[in-house]
Amino acid sequence: MAKLTLTIDGMSRTIDIDDPDMPLLYALRDELSFNNPRFGCGLGQCGACTVQIDGHAVRSCITPVSALEGRKITTLAGLGTPDKPHPIQTAWLEEQVSQCAYCISGWILTAAELIDRNPKPTDAQIKDALKDLICRCGTHGAAIRAVKRATRQA
Amino acid sequence: MTDMTNIMMDSQLSRRAFLSTTGALVVSLAAPGEWSEAAANTLATRPPLKGDQLSSYITIEPDGTVVAYYGKIDGGQGLGTAIAQMVAEEIDVAYERVKVVMGDSGVTLDMGGASAAIGVSHGGMMLRRTAAETRRLLIEMASHKLSLAADALTVTDGVVHAKADRTKRVSYAELIGGRYLDNKVKWNGRLSNGLQVEVEAPLKQHTEFKVIGKSLPRRDLPGKVFGTLEMVNDVRLPNMLHARMIRPTVAGAVPVKVDEDSIKHIPGAKAVWIKDLLAVVAEKEWNAVKAARALKVTWSESKPSFPGHDRLHEHIRKAPIVKRELQRENGNFEEGIKQAVRVIEGEYEFPTQSHSSTGPACAVADVRDGEATIYTSTQKPYDSAYCVAELLALPKEKVRAVWMFGTGSYGRNDQGDATADAAVLSKHLGRPVRVQYMRHEGIAWDPKGTASVNRSRAGLDATGKVIAYENISKAFSRLDSNTRETRAADVLAGQLLGLPVNRSESFEIPVASYTFDHGRLGWETIPPLLERASPLRSTHLRDPYGPPILFGSESFIDEMAAATNTDPVDFRLRYLTNPRDRDAVRIAAESYGWQKRPSPRNDQKDSDIAIGRGIAFRRHFTTFIGLVAEVRVHRKTGKIDLLRYVCAHDVGMIVNPETLKHVIDRQLVYGTSRAMLEEVRFDANMVTSVDWESYPVLHTPDLPEKIEIVLIERPDTAPSGAAEMALGLVPAAIGNAVFDATGVRLRRVPFTPERVKAALDRA
Repeated sequence: MAKLTLTIDGMSRTIDIDDPDMPLLYALRDELSFNNPRFGCGLGQCGACTVQIDGHAVRSCITPVSALEGRKITTLAGLGTPDKPHPIQTAWLEEQVSQCAYCISGWILTAAELIDRNPKPTDAQIKDALKDLICRCGTHGAAIRAVKRATRQA
Repeated sequence: MTDMTNIMMDSQLSRRAFLSTTGALVVSLAAPGEWSEAAANTLATRPPLKGDQLSSYITIEPDGTVVAYYGKIDGGQGLGTAIAQMVAEEIDVAYERVKVVMGDSGVTLDMGGASAAIGVSHGGMMLRRTAAETRRLLIEMASHKLSLAADALTVTDGVVHAKADRTKRVSYAELIGGRYLDNKVKWNGRLSNGLQVEVEAPLKQHTEFKVIGKSLPRRDLPGKVFGTLEMVNDVRLPNMLHARMIRPTVAGAVPVKVDEDSIKHIPGAKAVWIKDLLAVVAEKEWNAVKAARALKVTWSESKPSFPGHDRLHEHIRKAPIVKRELQRENGNFEEGIKQAVRVIEGEYEFPTQSHSSTGPACAVADVRDGEATIYTSTQKPYDSAYCVAELLALPKEKVRAVWMFGTGSYGRNDQGDATADAAVLSKHLGRPVRVQYMRHEGIAWDPKGTASVNRSRAGLDATGKVIAYENISKAFSRLDSNTRETRAADVLAGQLLGLPVNRSESFEIPVASYTFDHGRLGWETIPPLLERASPLRSTHLRDPYGPPILFGSESFIDEMAAATNTDPVDFRLRYLTNPRDRDAVRIAAESYGWQKRPSPRNDQKDSDIAIGRGIAFRRHFTTFIGLVAEVRVHRKTGKIDLLRYVCAHDVGMIVNPETLKHVIDRQLVYGTSRAMLEEVRFDANMVTSVDWESYPVLHTPDLPEKIEIVLIERPDTAPSGAAEMALGLVPAAIGNAVFDATGVRLRRVPFTPERVKAALDRA
C-alpha cells in the first residue's frame, strides 16, 4: 500500500494505492468523490471520464493513477464556477448545449483546451478537436456553436 | 350564476362527505364573511399520495414557494423548466418560485415516468390543471379572509388582492404556507400514462399567457455545466458495495461452475451466484472491475444459432409469423388492387439498434428491514419499483424509487435491468449495492430496438391515381422485453432467476394520414431469436417504431410519386386532407425553397457527385412534421454528405420555443446517427457490437452541415409531444434525397458508404 498525493482542482489529496495501475477515474470518483469524470467506456473511446492534466484533456479511465503525482489535475468543477466561469462554460450556457450531460466533461474540457491554446480556431479545427467525443443526445452541432461563440467573445 | 352555485354546492358536499368518511378533520363549512383559520380546509401534514388529492400535485411551502410534483422525469430535454413554466402560469407565482420535484415514488404520483414523449401533453397538463385549481381555492380562501367576492380578486406573484385596491391583500404563504389543501380533484382512478384529472378551475387562455411561450433558459444546465449536479452514478451510501455483473460470451449460456479462487488475490472481492445470475462485488470499485475480469467461470453449452446481422433480414422474411394484425383497413384492399392497372411494390430493411447510452447503466439499491430504496435513472422509475417489489417479494409500497439525473436513456434502455440487479444483490448481501454496467453491457446487453422488413404495395388506376395501398411490417415484437419493465421477468435479473418470461406480440403501423380509397396497414411478428435473457431481446428504442416503419412508408410514398412522375411534395398534398398535415409538408417545402419537379433529377448522370433533396412527413399523436433533407452523394465511394435539413414542426401550443428547437435539433442529429451509422452486429453466438468501434455512432465529422427548424405556432391548441417525433423521418428524408440525386433507392439502413456504393453499382 503506497501513499500518493494528487492535486485536484487546486486541492491536495492523499490516498492509499494498492494497485499502481488503477485508472485515475477510480481514484477521483470512488476514493475522493470528484464525480464529474464519469465512466463511459473504460477504453478511451468516448471522453465522458475526461479531466485536464496540466491543461491537456486526458481520459482518466485509461490513465494510471501512479503517473500523476505532482501533476495539476482539473475536473469540470475546477475549470470554472458560476462566479468565475471559463468562457467555454459561459458559451455552453448561452447556447444551451447539453441534454443529459453525462458526456459533458469530455466536451467542455476538450473545448476549453482548444480555445486556451488557439483563441481563434477555424470551423475545421473545432470539428477536429471534438471528433473523438461521444454524445448520444446529439449535441455535437450545438457544442461547435458554443466554441464559436466563446472564441468570438475572447 | 346558478351554475356557479351548483358547482360550489357540489364541491362543499363532496368535501363534507370526504371528511365525514375519513373522520380526519371536523370542519364546519362557514358562510362567506365568517372565515377563520380553523375553518380552512387545510392539514398540517401532507395527505397520503393519491390521484384524487390536490396536494399530491401541488403544494405551497411556508415562504410561498410552489412545489409541483411531477410523476415523470426529464431525460435531458428540459422538462423541469417547461413544467415550472406551466405551473407558474396557472398559479400566478413567479417562475423562479416554482420548484419541480420529479420521479420520486415516495412523494410524487406515478404519472408513468418518461414515455411516448408526453411529458408536456400529459404530465404537464395534469400539473397545469391542478395549479389552476390550487389558485382557484386560494382565491376562495382569500375571499373569505378579505370579505370580498372571489371575482373581485386577482393574483399577482402569489399575492391575492382586490382588483380595484392592491392594499386589500393576502399572500398564498399567509393563506396556506406550510399547510396543505385538503381538496379533491376528479381523478379517473388510473395511474401511469393513463392518469387523468379534471378540476373546476378553467385554464388560462393563450392570450393571457405571461410565462408559457417564453424561451426561459434550462434550469438543469448550470449544475451540469459547472459540475455540481449529482447524478445517480454519484450516490454513495454508507457500507455500500460495488458490483459488476458477469455475462456469458455465448448468449443463453448460464454459469455451471464459478472458481472463487480466481479472484481471491483481489482485496475484498467475492462472487455472488444466485440461480443463473452472477456478479462480483468488492468494497472498492476498481477491485470489482478487476474481479469481473479475473473471475473464471465455466458456462453451460449454448447454441443460440443467431442468423448473424448480415443475414437477419433474410431470416425475418422466412421466419414463421407468430401474430398478424391488420390494424387499420379502409375500403377493400384486395378488391382495390384487382382494379389497378399498375401495381408497384417496395421493401425496406431496418437493422437492430441499441440504446447505447453514453453511460452504461448504473443504479444503487438499499434493501433492508423489509423495505427497499432504489436510486435509479431509468426513465420509468415507478415501473422499476414495481418490478423490484415483485423480484424481492415485497409489497409495492415498501419499495421507493428515487429517480435521479443520469445518462440519457432513449427509450427502455439497460437502466431498469441494472436497478433490478442492484436490488437483488443488495437483498442477498444485506448491504447497499451499486451496480455499474461496463461498456459492452450498455451495447451488447441492453434491450434492443427491433429490426424489421417493411413492405408496401400500391395499385394505380389508369389516371395514375393510387386506389389501393398496403403497408405491412414484419419484425420482432417491440414488446419482446416489456417496455414498462413493471414485472420481474421484464428485466435480465428476473429472467436469470427463472421467472416466467412476460413477452407479448406487438408492432405498429404508420399513421394513416394519407387517404387512399382502399387501404390496409398491419404488422406481423416473428419469434424471438432466444427466449430468455437474450442480448437481442427487443423493446422500445426512442421513437419505438417510427424509424423502421417510416423509412419504409415514406420512402414508398416517394416511389409512388416517382412512378407517377409527380413532384414528391405535390404527391403528398394530393392525398393529405388534414390542414395540419398539409401545413407541415407545405411549410417544410417552402422554407427549404423547394422547386417543383419529379424525382430523380436526371441532370447529374455524368457527374461523380450528385446533389438531391427529399422530403418525409409524419403525424404522431397531434404532432405534425415535415422534414426536407439535401444531400451530396459521391458515386465513387458511396459517401453521403448531409448538406441541409429543414424541419417544419407543429406541436400545438409551445411552452418554450428555444428549448423546443434544441430538442428538435439534437434529435435530428441523433436520428442521423441511427440512419447513417447504427447497426448492432452479431454472429451465431453473441452480439459482437461491444464498444464504440464495433457499434459506430455519429461524431462531429458526420454532422449535417445545417439544420433549420421552423416552428409552426398554434397557441390555441393543446400541446403535443416533441421528444422523439422528428427523428423517425431522417432515414426516409435522406433516402428520398439520394434517390432524387441518383435515381437509386436505398432500401437498407444504415446508409454506410459500402452499402450505398453497392446500391449505386447495382443500378
